[in-house]
Amino acid sequence: MSTLVVRVWRGGQGAGAGRFETYDVPRQPAQTVLDVVTHIQRRIDPTLAYRFACRVGMCGSCAMTVNGKARWTCRTHVQAVAGDGVLEIAPLAHFPVIRDLVTDMRAFFDKWAQAKGEFVPTASRRDPFAGVEPASAARRAVDAAIECIGCGICHSSCDVVAWNPAYLGPAALNRAWTLVNDVRDGARAARLAAVAGDAGCHACHTHQSCTERCPKKLAPTASIAALKRTTAFAALAGEIE
Amino acid sequence: MRTTSARSSDWRARAHAGWWAFAVHRCSGLALAVFLPLHFWVLGQALTGPPALDAILRWAEQPWVKASEVGLVLLLAVHLSGGLRLLLIEFVTWRAAWQPRLIAAAGGVALLCALLFALNLA
Amino acid sequence: MMGAPRREALLWLAQRASAVVLALCVVVHLATMIVAVRGGLSAAEILARTRGSVVWAAFYLVFVAAIAIHAPIGVRAILAESSGGHRRRLDIAMAAFALLLLAAGLRAVYAVTAG
Repeated sequence: MSTLVVRVWRGGQGAGAGRFETYDVPRQPAQTVLDVVTHIQRRIDPTLAYRFACRVGMCGSCAMTVNGKARWTCRTHVQAVAGDGVLEIAPLAHFPVIRDLVTDMRAFFDKWAQAKGEFVPTASRRDPFAGVEPASAARRAVDAAIECIGCGICHSSCDVVAWNPAYLGPAALNRAWTLVNDVRDGARAARLAAVAGDAGCHACHTHQSCTERCPKKLAPTASIAALKRTTAFAALAGEIE
Repeated sequence: MRTTSARSSDWRARAHAGWWAFAVHRCSGLALAVFLPLHFWVLGQALTGPPALDAILRWAEQPWVKASEVGLVLLLAVHLSGGLRLLLIEFVTWRAAWQPRLIAAAGGVALLCALLFALNLA
Repeated sequence: MMGAPRREALLWLAQRASAVVLALCVVVHLATMIVAVRGGLSAAEILARTRGSVVWAAFYLVFVAAIAIHAPIGVRAILAESSGGHRRRLDIAMAAFALLLLAAGLRAVYAVTAG
């Protein structure tokens, strides 16, 4: 049985200055990176702080930076990323760090709200059900982007998030795009204005890091490109100020 | 809640085609933006008659200038082909499978242009 | 004063529209350059092609106008990210660069077509 050399970022509240600490973890077959982190916290250093919940790739809570790339640790096999027996685990980039591998996700969700990423109803319970044609172009556009679970990997992978602190980010913009295409929604004009500001969709430079890393295989790049087009024509038509 | 500052990504997060395509597009655009006022100034020298323009063109016969011209053609061609790829994504369609191929094609076409120019120089 | 959303959206559109125009102009320009440099290039050769030509004048005027729109908007995006600049200063820099390109470009077009 061989051993993994695991470098884990430690630091933040009560944990001292940021630095990497090295642990030796026994290698197991079909081991995931989350298994490795769990082993360290339970068997070696109980002070290690990290987040997880479902551990089966549904909730997105366990997202961390593994060997420089943002990933769901519960769905990342050690075999796939640590060929040479070395693993580097750090908190998600571009989020303030609370402690060790735990980041402050508030700005991520605040930007979701700033992009008007919530549904605004136009009907009441007394109205008949809304008829949404599944094969329509609008609904297909929604379906292609709706599976986002808000894990923050795209936000962490996007360089524009680091270069432009106010940038709404791929997840918030992707969600806004699904709502722009939702025929039941009543806030189109406000939402288009919200995503078109100084730090909105036009700040995206099509790096495609978000699309490259999204564990749900979504393409925020495509959603943002569509928002650029939609807001431009809306501006021409006088829909946004 | 006290937090420490956010960590940034490093080159490992950027090692994919889309990021390199962006870097090439931005660098070529910036280089062209810097070059253009010079280019316009040189051409404007024709106002003073062929001798001034000829003097500049003779200076431009030097090998390093010729090499730079090939470089400029490459920058222009790569900015054009990359730009067409972006226009495709923004106005026409997005197919995930096409993206790496489009980037490769854009690079290929640009290299071809530069090669044609270089061959014609000789 | 235009709001930021409208301004950003229209600047983006102007840059993409000028990009389409430039795509056509650049293809013509690259082809011309590839053909024209055969066996070297002299002022006489350039001017023989362009002097007194309404077609070339019109072509280069459109080319210069498109560049004067496209390049400054692109440079503004780079400045915004590298300097964390205030909108006002960025817009002024962008306008100044546009004027520079327009002035120098128009002079160049005049120089090679009218002389």
